[in-house]
Amino acid sequence: MNQPKLDTSPKVSDEVRRTTCYMCACRCGINVHMKDGKVAYIEGNRDHPVNRGVLCAKGSAGIMQVNAPSRLRAPLKRVGPRGSGEFEEISWDEALEMATGWLKPLRDNAPEKLAFFTGRDQSQSFTGWWAQQFGTPNFAAHGGFCSVNMAAAGIYTMGGAFWEFGQPDWDHTKLFILFGVAEDHDSNPIKMGIGKIKARGARVVGVNPIRTGYNAVADDWLGITPGTDGLLILSLVHELLKAGKIDLDYLARYTNAPVLMNSDPRSDEYGLFLRDEQGRELVIDRGTGQPTPFDQPGVRPDLAGTHRHAGVTHRPVFHLLAERYLDERYAPEAVAEETGIKPQKIRALAHEIARVAFDEAVTLDREWTDFRGETHKTMTGRPVSFHAMRGISAHSNGFQTARALHVLQILIGAVETPGGMRFKPPYPKPATAHPKPHCGVTPGAPLDGPHLGYVQGPDDLCLKDDGTAARIDKAYTWENPMSAHGLMHMVISNAHAGDPYKIDTLFMYMANVSWNSSMNTGGVMKMLTDTDENGDYVIPHLIYSDAYSSEMVAYADLVLPDTTYLERHDCISLLDRPICEADAAADAIRWPVVAPDRDVRGFQSALLDLGARMGLPGMVDDDGAPKYADYADYIVNHERKPGIGPLAGWRTGGDGRGAPNPDQMQRYIDNGGFWVGHIPEDAAYYKPWNAAYQDWAVELGLYDSPQPYLFQLYVEPLRRFQLAAEGHGDRQPPDHLREQIKTTLDPLPIWYPPFEDGHADPVEYPVHALTQRPMAMYHSWGTQNAWLRQLHGVNPLYLPTKLWQAHGFEDGDWAQVSSVHGTITVPVAHMAALNENTVWTWNAIGKRKGAWALDENAPEARKGFLLNHLIHELLPARGDGMRWSNSDPVTGQAAWFDLRVKIEKVPAPDQAQPAYPPIKSPVGQGPETLAWKVGK
Amino acid sequence: MTELPTATDRKLGLVIDLDTCVGCHACVISCKGWNTENYGAPLSDTDPYGADPSGTFLNRVHSYEVQPEDGAAQLVHFPKSCLHCDNAPCVTVCPTGASYKRVEDGIVLVNESDCIGCGLCAWACPYGAREMDAVEKVMKKCTLCVDRIYNENLPEEDREPVCVRTCPAGARHFGDLGDPDSEVSQLVAARGGMDLMPEQGTAPVNKYLPPRPRDQLDQVDVLAPYLEPVAQEPRGFLGWLDRALDQMPGGKE
Repeated sequence: MNQPKLDTSPKVSDEVRRTTCYMCACRCGINVHMKDGKVAYIEGNRDHPVNRGVLCAKGSAGIMQVNAPSRLRAPLKRVGPRGSGEFEEISWDEALEMATGWLKPLRDNAPEKLAFFTGRDQSQSFTGWWAQQFGTPNFAAHGGFCSVNMAAAGIYTMGGAFWEFGQPDWDHTKLFILFGVAEDHDSNPIKMGIGKIKARGARVVGVNPIRTGYNAVADDWLGITPGTDGLLILSLVHELLKAGKIDLDYLARYTNAPVLMNSDPRSDEYGLFLRDEQGRELVIDRGTGQPTPFDQPGVRPDLAGTHRHAGVTHRPVFHLLAERYLDERYAPEAVAEETGIKPQKIRALAHEIARVAFDEAVTLDREWTDFRGETHKTMTGRPVSFHAMRGISAHSNGFQTARALHVLQILIGAVETPGGMRFKPPYPKPATAHPKPHCGVTPGAPLDGPHLGYVQGPDDLCLKDDGTAARIDKAYTWENPMSAHGLMHMVISNAHAGDPYKIDTLFMYMANVSWNSSMNTGGVMKMLTDTDENGDYVIPHLIYSDAYSSEMVAYADLVLPDTTYLERHDCISLLDRPICEADAAADAIRWPVVAPDRDVRGFQSALLDLGARMGLPGMVDDDGAPKYADYADYIVNHERKPGIGPLAGWRTGGDGRGAPNPDQMQRYIDNGGFWVGHIPEDAAYYKPWNAAYQDWAVELGLYDSPQPYLFQLYVEPLRRFQLAAEGHGDRQPPDHLREQIKTTLDPLPIWYPPFEDGHADPVEYPVHALTQRPMAMYHSWGTQNAWLRQLHGVNPLYLPTKLWQAHGFEDGDWAQVSSVHGTITVPVAHMAALNENTVWTWNAIGKRKGAWALDENAPEARKGFLLNHLIHELLPARGDGMRWSNSDPVTGQAAWFDLRVKIEKVPAPDQAQPAYPPIKSPVGQGPETLAWKVGK
Repeated sequence: MTELPTATDRKLGLVIDLDTCVGCHACVISCKGWNTENYGAPLSDTDPYGADPSGTFLNRVHSYEVQPEDGAAQLVHFPKSCLHCDNAPCVTVCPTGASYKRVEDGIVLVNESDCIGCGLCAWACPYGAREMDAVEKVMKKCTLCVDRIYNENLPEEDREPVCVRTCPAGARHFGDLGDPDSEVSQLVAARGGMDLMPEQGTAPVNKYLPPRPRDQLDQVDVLAPYLEPVAQEPRGFLGWLDRALDQMPGGKE
């Protein structure tokens, strides 16, 4: 044999620069290999707490994002009509002066006329602070159209939810149950977790109308009818309760199951808790038989006993809970038709949950002491874990469904115990430890507090004196009282309608709202270009910041070009959306591993400059000079309160609390771009009640004092809104919302059909329509990436066998798909592993011609399509003159997945419909070939 | 025509777990990235932002639906790259000797300086695992990251193919399948690892672990040991509750 000689040890790179990925919201650590000053190769960072060295397709394709022809090159001023894409490049000074000229008068006279919404922003603690200093109440990021139902339900129920809040105990869990589409958040950690538990033979169960991704590898699949997950969960609760397969000890000690509740329907306080003078909830002590504060040392809370006080019977929450869910309406037979799951399968799943939870309990030999001072020799847990994100969230019953899931976990004692779900610092953090929302506007001064928070009752709503909404998105109103993340999807619609008032400037960041990040895409384009009787735009000014030539750029009057993620400073802060793990607190940075080759600036640096030009408090010195040179300066030197800043690591004097350290950024860079602070072993579980954890959290600066609390099976703030709707109290809802509040703001989880079912005739529109993101794409970003768009360049509408055959479809056919709101014409494909009444497609593959530096004949622009055209931000008119938003009535979350459609086979058109005219590309088009080798 | 070695010292290859692969394409893109920058000509893309984008990939993930006679349809994600066959038809068909199988580890490679781009090897491969690069006009294929696995410029833990290093679900394993005691051979034995298209007689080194049986909850007998009720109505339930509480630590009993 005559083999050629190979160099098997070629030089890999000149240098490795370690930073944080931003190809999606996962925030993995990456090693960027550099050759000749250029990015040569990107891999996962093995030391990083999020991804431990692995990296997904998006992350590995980062090199094609940094060279993408779609990158904006300089600030742009609109010179053609809105939506045309006609711009001229201007200097940064001209751009920021133009913005200052629009915004400064608003701040001085009517700050609320600025609406500042920031999309997939990873710097919300900064952008929110900026908006607060400006003084507008109109700020939020994209949570309202993403997964606020999951987040809010989790915070109100147990002080945290999934992803950034908590994760399964991958090392100990023996049964992992996944509800709904979840491939789009926490993606690498969940893949790693599934791999881990499968490697040791533990089981995965998927509940999802579509059997792709994680559901494709699930050992068992429940192809549920969309929007009925809550009903299935409550049926599991029914089965478990009926069999006594619940963790009574856990419920008595750590939840409000034993808390005494006013049970007199005639009382003004019906459904509220009995408290002592200090406001502590009371339970019956099984030792003394007397009402006793829940946190008193030695108390043994009783789940059974009732108590008569001031002529009113008080019953423990557990009574109500048992009564409700033992009802036969939650029996498997009663829910089978609605959910599409056979009764015996529901029974089998309940049995499996009970078997694993109680017969295979996990006990760790770790001593710990609870908040009542009792020391426990071991930690015992129920190794059943759950995860869910957008799938169950994005329905108009999503809040109550997410609540039901959290209650199920708690009933079996599987939260914060070994093998169950574990919180990640700074969670657990109950709703009562979060701020309340603020909307107090004073011209020329900051807002009276942070915008977003957790209401405890009607008094905390953001209403003006006349009862109208204080915020442009109508967050924290009677329509959706617990809208903890705002309602980004209502901003343009409300601003265009002047309801609740008109605004002057819409300022958005990283939110492609004229395309895939909007319901009613065509309508939004019209609203953005609509003019009044004088010929002026109804929304007078529109500033937009993006790194890339997205569809939204064309609708801006002024474009502030952002950098790519490898060209910028960022912090992934504990004050914001952190990257902690169940065993550690962690935060991270980005830093410019390459310098921009265009006239672009990191958005946050531009925002600080803009703030300084307006003299915003905190952004200028006493003499009016800019306080921060750029965002990096802010990250290191800003203090939210003394000793607490954006980054927790390497502060002067230690981690967590301490004065700013001028070397902090370099310390992060030297450490691989992140910091980790480990939780002591005895503090790692039972965090809400574990004295060692509480003390650790105080020391790190997560809390100012220990905050032990009970899990809220029964959420009293919901009851306060119901009481108002029943006519109690001074602050009263409008009459047309009373029934909705009474029905949907139930303090114990309920299920009701998705609202669209009541508006779109289920007979005329019999098919559920869903979208999901491919694991290799992130929203609209993937298509500009030369490698990723080869994986997902088209998105047929997938039809189940029943529909495929009923309509006589064949490969290559097209269908007309109609909802109450609109019609699209799209290519179809057959998929058998699908709920028989559900169709779906990949989200955000379809592109507007002229965007993203693509050829106008790109498949994404001719065959690709959006389901968004079928979904409206408002429900169809009822003839009552009201604008009913297509949102969850508790949180206002956009109800994307309530969509119902009908399908007809039609001749293939020349391209997907509706087709919009091209927009002019401000960056031209990409090259004809790529062979991207940067080394020699 | 090119000769294959009669035997190789080791049989390095991949074991791919079809039970765990979620179809995320991480391996596809990390492979594209590494091999664009490293071994031989870069993996090019033609019309990358246009109507018909087409690039060279050494590893692709395909998805197939399986419809059991009785039960729900299933979806299997199937990553596919060169299987480094012992009887590699792509080598024997090569007119120039550019394609060869290494004696020391069994890796099948293309010596690009000898490749005339005739494409015979791609026709001969029953798996479709070779791709002609449209820009460079040379044949590209999986190298099993021969420039990583022995690379002394990499930390020892990184001396494995990039597709294995990056796989988030841990569905890809790398090792010596000629050594029955290796971890990969043990995994193949324990999980019933299979050859792809054995009837082709190619004797592939790479192995696939089949998906475990699905939908076992459906198999539970209708009369199976479902949960036994403690009571049939709320009053009875509260009675059970009282008794259960008494049995707890610190209770009356």
